[in-house]
Amino acid sequence: MENQKTQCFAERSTWQLIAFRFSKNRLAMVGVIVLGLMIMAILLAPLYMPYDEMIRQDVFNKLHPPSAQHPLGTDELGRDLLARVLYGGRISLFGGMATITIAFVAGCIIGGTAGFVGGKVDTVLMRIIDMLMAIPPVLMAMAILTALGNGLVNLIISLAISQIPRFARVVRSSVLTLRGMEYVDAARCYGCNSLKIIIRHILPNGIGPIVVAATLTLGQIILSISSMGFLGLGVAPPTPEWGTIISENKLNLRYCPYLGIAPGICICLVVMAVNFIGDGLRDAFDPKTKN
Amino acid sequence: MYLIKYSLKRLLMLIPVILGITLILYFVMSLAPGNPAVQILGANASDEQIAALEIEMGLDQPIIVQYIHYIMRAVRLDFGTSWINGSDVLATFLAKLPNTLMVALVATLWAIGLGIPMGIYSAVRQYSLLDYGSMVVAMLLFSLPAFWLGILSQILFCVVLRWLPATGIGGWQHLVLPALILGANTLAAMIRMSRTSMLDVLKQDYIRTARAKGASKSRAVLKHAVGNSLIPVITQIGISFAGCIGGAVVTETVFTIPGIGAMLINAVKARDIPVVMGSVIFIAIIVGVINLIVDLICAKVDPRIDLAA
Amino acid sequence: MVQDNKLNLQEHLLDISNLHVQYKTDDATVYALNGFNLQVRRGEKIGLVGETGAGKTTMALSVLRLLPEKIGKVTAGSILYGNDNLLEQNEAFMLGLRGRRISMIFQDPMTSLNPIVSVGNQIMEVLDLHAPQMSQHEKNERVDRILSMVGIPPSRKEEFPYQFSGGMKQRIVIAMALIAEPELLLADEPTTALDVTMQAQILDMMSRLKQQFNTAVVLITHDLGVVAEFCDRVAVVYAGKVVEQGTVEQVFARVRNHPYTVGLLNCIPDLESTAARLVPIPGQMADPTQLPAGCAFADRCIHCMDICRQEAPKMYEQDGHCILCHLFKERED
Repeated sequence: MENQKTQCFAERSTWQLIAFRFSKNRLAMVGVIVLGLMIMAILLAPLYMPYDEMIRQDVFNKLHPPSAQHPLGTDELGRDLLARVLYGGRISLFGGMATITIAFVAGCIIGGTAGFVGGKVDTVLMRIIDMLMAIPPVLMAMAILTALGNGLVNLIISLAISQIPRFARVVRSSVLTLRGMEYVDAARCYGCNSLKIIIRHILPNGIGPIVVAATLTLGQIILSISSMGFLGLGVAPPTPEWGTIISENKLNLRYCPYLGIAPGICICLVVMAVNFIGDGLRDAFDPKTKN
Repeated sequence: MYLIKYSLKRLLMLIPVILGITLILYFVMSLAPGNPAVQILGANASDEQIAALEIEMGLDQPIIVQYIHYIMRAVRLDFGTSWINGSDVLATFLAKLPNTLMVALVATLWAIGLGIPMGIYSAVRQYSLLDYGSMVVAMLLFSLPAFWLGILSQILFCVVLRWLPATGIGGWQHLVLPALILGANTLAAMIRMSRTSMLDVLKQDYIRTARAKGASKSRAVLKHAVGNSLIPVITQIGISFAGCIGGAVVTETVFTIPGIGAMLINAVKARDIPVVMGSVIFIAIIVGVINLIVDLICAKVDPRIDLAA
Repeated sequence: MVQDNKLNLQEHLLDISNLHVQYKTDDATVYALNGFNLQVRRGEKIGLVGETGAGKTTMALSVLRLLPEKIGKVTAGSILYGNDNLLEQNEAFMLGLRGRRISMIFQDPMTSLNPIVSVGNQIMEVLDLHAPQMSQHEKNERVDRILSMVGIPPSRKEEFPYQFSGGMKQRIVIAMALIAEPELLLADEPTTALDVTMQAQILDMMSRLKQQFNTAVVLITHDLGVVAEFCDRVAVVYAGKVVEQGTVEQVFARVRNHPYTVGLLNCIPDLESTAARLVPIPGQMADPTQLPAGCAFADRCIHCMDICRQEAPKMYEQDGHCILCHLFKERED
């Protein structure tokens, strides 16, 4: 009995253990379910909600309170709010994911190079990164956006670039820690080349903190995209996005608060779900930090 | 004495950082499509007018020469003029800075004053109702978009209840909502940070040593745990304050406060490059000074940090 | 009989009997102490020996009532200190006891001191807590005196822990434990984290201080060599129980020992012995979350009998040398 139990543990790989710990985290699982449902609803929207029909301007039905026909009501142009929120989610959510992916890949390349090559390359890269860290990310994104010009793609690029310094830092420090580990020295001793060391030893062991940082930043990025949208940066007006939806209904909110509630709650739910997942991942990767 | 020496050294070290940032920004801005001369004069300007302005602005010269000219002028505190309304960048920035700093300061202060005790108390009474409560508050404040909170509270307190002025600056009443909204994120960060830090400190051996000496639980917490737990929190205060200056973009738009955030958002929309460049450089300097202050406070609290070395 | 009992009460400074302590976590219940018995006389030096996880530190924390909150719990037994059962006292009583009458030295000197309070203030805090009426001047003098006694220049008391080496930190911790001249000192592996030369110095110093204050010392260690040198009596702990107790001479004579003690003694390298190698104890310590019904050492014992797996052994005693093992019961019969 006792032996069996120990064996069980030994057979589980690190990844299985992490997955196991993650699945035990109730808040994280709530996050996964909420995020999963929202992604499904947003992705499958075309199947149950013909967009063109729902957002057709209909001045006779403007500012309609929620009803069976329009579950979330209509805005001042008579457009169905539910449809706009669902289609707006594509930009808020997937824009955020695209941003993180770009920042993640670029951060891995820059931080990884700095950490692995070391020497002068490291010094120069880190000096530049330290400089960029002196600017709050929101402002850096805005500065880059000024140069690139307004627009969704440019907004995503700007936000991604503004996050690269932080990612590069995390990646570099975990590469540096791992590079000093005995098992990496051991791998080098029995003749692994650099690429193999990176893929087999450094990546699997160092990916934890980076993935955690990425998830926790994703929430902030989704908030940033909708804030920028609210401020009129990023998407152009007829295109829906959670922040812009709130912005365009700003003046009607007093008498039709439902116009602002739904998109706001959507943002909040997504960000919270992502944060729960991020916290869960952090605890799963490093159970010692759990309180 | 060594404090002044250290501070001067840190401020001198800020110069290459600012030069670097300026260089990067300048080259990024030069990538911007479109001709600034056309942008300033408008589409109806004649070719001669445009050519004349290009020469006046030095746009006909290589980018590196333009950059050197920019730096030379910047040393004399001339950061150029706005392309939109021709006002001096530095003067405009300095005129609007107090409004932003005031809100950011009040926001940070209330968030620290409430957040740190909440976090510490949550850690001491881990798993209590208050602990769960403050964790939920922190999680909510982290996830709620500030502009949304701002608009909703504006409607509730200013339009419906008429307790507070909705927009603009003036008396303390104008500060309440913007500072509350701007500080929300800092509050969340303070609660989480001080709680985590305190939980960590409470597990340390020296707390057990204090208890073994005969110190009561509350004395061990107040005399031995709080100081140690504050060290990482102080660093976070610096980061959060810098974040507040970034967050001002949203609050100043929602509450129409004439600060640097609102100025910046208009400059970004209009692609008013001198204003954006100047503002980012000034804010980088402010952040550098804040980091210096934070490090000085840290050194005051933690004897292990030796500034003289 | 009654008189005898009274005599015992006066003689014993600390009398722990049948103490049971559990640690409850989400995953499991750890049975840390399971009927722990120990008597400490005034001014006596007693060594508590056993493997990591045997419950030695738990015993010390139980006496001070500083078991980790919500996790650690005393489920049965009594801890008599003088005439008071410590388990029944209120917190105010314990506050007056800790640091004043019973002091503790923790295992790791590197982490036992508050990094942001000067060492002088940390030592003086004991006086602040227990002698509030004392003048500041006198407190300062006391701190200076105890510091020079442990071999630290009093001029360094304004410095912070990071400015001292490991050995010095341990001496500061000892100064802190002794400044109130306690009746009982619980020293939890005070030398484990130090190198050998430091170890000798610290033990030597504790001996001298003990003579000066007539403090009883419970020295928790896993090093039998240290015990042989320093202590009057030995208690061997296994799986939360004292399995053997006696004077150093009785135990180290190797005439009659618990099989576990035999194993421990065989692990000491002996320069004079002709034996080629040390004899390790086979197996691992019993899982403290699932203790067997009989003797906890049965699985590792070379003398294991049927009865050992069914029944917990009773105490066998001769001239104050106590052994908890069926082996001796058998022989007696």
